[in-house]
Amino acid sequence: MSPSPESSVESLVNREYQYGFVTDIESESLPPGLNEDVVRTISAKKQEPAWMTEWRLKAYRRWLEMKEPHHWANVSYPVIDYQKIIYYSAPRTAKPLGSLAEVDPELLRTYEKLGIPLSEQKLFAGVAVDAIFDSVSVATTFKETLRKQGIVFCSMNEAIREHPDLVQAYLGSVVPPNDNFFAALNAAVFSDGSFVYIPKGVRCPMELSTYFRINTADTGQFERTLIVADEGATVSYLEGCTAPKRDTNQLHAAVVELVALRGATIKYSTVQNWYAGDAEGKGGIYNFVTKRGKCAGDDSKISWTQVETGSAITWKYPSVILQGDRSVGEFYSVAVVNGKQQADTGTKMIHVGRDTRSTIVSKGISAGQGNNSYRGLVKVLGRASGARNYTQCDSMLIGNRCGAHTFPYIDVQNPTAAVEHEASTSKIGEDQIFYLKQRGLNTENAISMIVNGFCKEVFKELPMEFAVEAQKLLGVSLEGSVG
Amino acid sequence: MLEIINLHARVGDKQILNGISLQVRVGEVHAIMGPNGSGKSTLAQVLAGHPAYEVTAGQATFQGRDLLDLEPEERARAGLFLAFQYPVEIPGVSNAYFLRAALNEIRKARGQEELDPIDFMDLAEEKLKLVEWGPDILSRAVNAGFSGGEKKRNEILQMAVLEPTLAILDETDSGLDIDALRIVAEGVNRLRRPDNATVVVTHYQRLLNYIVPDFVHVIAAGRIVRSGGRELALELEAKGYEWLTEAVPA
Repeated sequence: MSPSPESSVESLVNREYQYGFVTDIESESLPPGLNEDVVRTISAKKQEPAWMTEWRLKAYRRWLEMKEPHHWANVSYPVIDYQKIIYYSAPRTAKPLGSLAEVDPELLRTYEKLGIPLSEQKLFAGVAVDAIFDSVSVATTFKETLRKQGIVFCSMNEAIREHPDLVQAYLGSVVPPNDNFFAALNAAVFSDGSFVYIPKGVRCPMELSTYFRINTADTGQFERTLIVADEGATVSYLEGCTAPKRDTNQLHAAVVELVALRGATIKYSTVQNWYAGDAEGKGGIYNFVTKRGKCAGDDSKISWTQVETGSAITWKYPSVILQGDRSVGEFYSVAVVNGKQQADTGTKMIHVGRDTRSTIVSKGISAGQGNNSYRGLVKVLGRASGARNYTQCDSMLIGNRCGAHTFPYIDVQNPTAAVEHEASTSKIGEDQIFYLKQRGLNTENAISMIVNGFCKEVFKELPMEFAVEAQKLLGVSLEGSVG
Repeated sequence: MLEIINLHARVGDKQILNGISLQVRVGEVHAIMGPNGSGKSTLAQVLAGHPAYEVTAGQATFQGRDLLDLEPEERARAGLFLAFQYPVEIPGVSNAYFLRAALNEIRKARGQEELDPIDFMDLAEEKLKLVEWGPDILSRAVNAGFSGGEKKRNEILQMAVLEPTLAILDETDSGLDIDALRIVAEGVNRLRRPDNATVVVTHYQRLLNYIVPDFVHVIAAGRIVRSGGRELALELEAKGYEWLTEAVPA
């Protein structure tokens, strides 16, 4: 008897999580819990200037007044005790700003094992990496090469000290500290992250990438990324994440801010593979992330591409504020849920400027008892004459116990705007699998091919290096260049 | 090449095949005819290994191997090809990618080297001529948005690329206009070789004007009720199926 499509997909997606190991390294952690002293201590550990400490404290006080957004997202989880989380943990040996030679060999081995060798000779040619381990950046590669073109690519911690003018001008300008509960929490306790500045007219010559790794148990990871592309600049940025397998849930509440000035282009790609918990839904990462870009200048463009396969719960809406005239926002997403995973993800496109355009392509794949929701807002303000949006939302169901939901919100205040929404739901068919098997493919490859076809519009947006990562993740073989 | 002995099969609780026996040797073309619901398409699906059908009795050997013991993909790799009555759409997967993946699976099974995309394109262009198609079809998604005729032509293209030793054509003529029928039939004829064999499942005699069979079998109520040569098909066209099927209990 051949296996049913459900069981074979489950075995495909349920393959042992490869990144679940723990690095045995001495780390320095604050005791669990959060209060003003913890915020001050984090800031002090980072040797931050007073304005930064104040900024954090203001956020912390706002956070105390806010309520966790439990009510509207289509996810459920037990109450999080914020006093049980460790807000700061760093490998004891990590030196700020050390050269690669100074990085603890145990850490280098960890990234090596994750497939991210940090020695520049071994890296993919053309990808610079910032490696973040628990709360700190442990290494940033190719910094010197980039500096020659005036590009700043460093940890947020370093940027606060070395480029305070840039940080002060843009930090919180897209996601203000009081934006939402998790953004406020992040603003108060964020410990590191990546900072990118591309000067006027510069096309960044390589892909920039950050690799996030949570290691210590009961730690939350609260990183903050800020990318600024000055007038006419272009940059492509990649983000990858993994965490060890643990029985307890861990919180990841990141903030990513993108600013594109006049004529600038930012492409931001994520392959998210946090530990998803076991088959019974025990453990895994709560991925509650605020990502937003602002097309501040005319003719600017911001494009989000995400492949979400991990995390117990994903709550995330990478958005674009289309402020400049003729600016362009894009969102391409593949979200896979299996086991007891829950994802409530989508985007917001806020059309402010004239003749702004946005495209949303969302592909949700649900297997096992996974629950996948697309939630998207398209808002066209009164001034945004000639705004255009196209939204396509496709769901694929594998088996009978999973769910797919679509929650589109459309708010149009300008009569010349055109907003299009298409949605479809399909089931992976026994007939499709049989057809491909009859042509010589085994079940696993048949399903890969069908899922790959379903996700094609999103995968083709990924940079080559990441397409390979996505392929490994989904067990999906990518289409060749021919045809 | 193919030997079927007393084959019984059902789908769910419904018994459909009630003891089919058939022998196909290399170089032969067999036509399987019969009224709707007689079991002729089921026979094709069972031979290909569709999981919805359960074999309840009987045997089938293909080139000396127990066919019923093989997974569908193993049957395909052994050289058995089914041209589907209703070819399935695979959105987002280009014909070229799909065909090369299938061909390389089969080449691996034959102990041949896999073809890279460039060599594959050379081969595919050659095969496209057989179905009178340009290369555009290779970049379209598999059967997605194809007309009924295009889907059938695509089956023959796949057959041309995969070069099966045994091709089973399941109602390949249904839904074809006369030009498409000619293209499909000529394609099949040109793929005939002394070392392969073809089984044509059809309701109508029409296709057999183009693909001339060596043997014709009539199935009714899951059994072969009459076998003969080419002339049996012509007789059926003149007389219909009733004179053969009336005698068989349902």
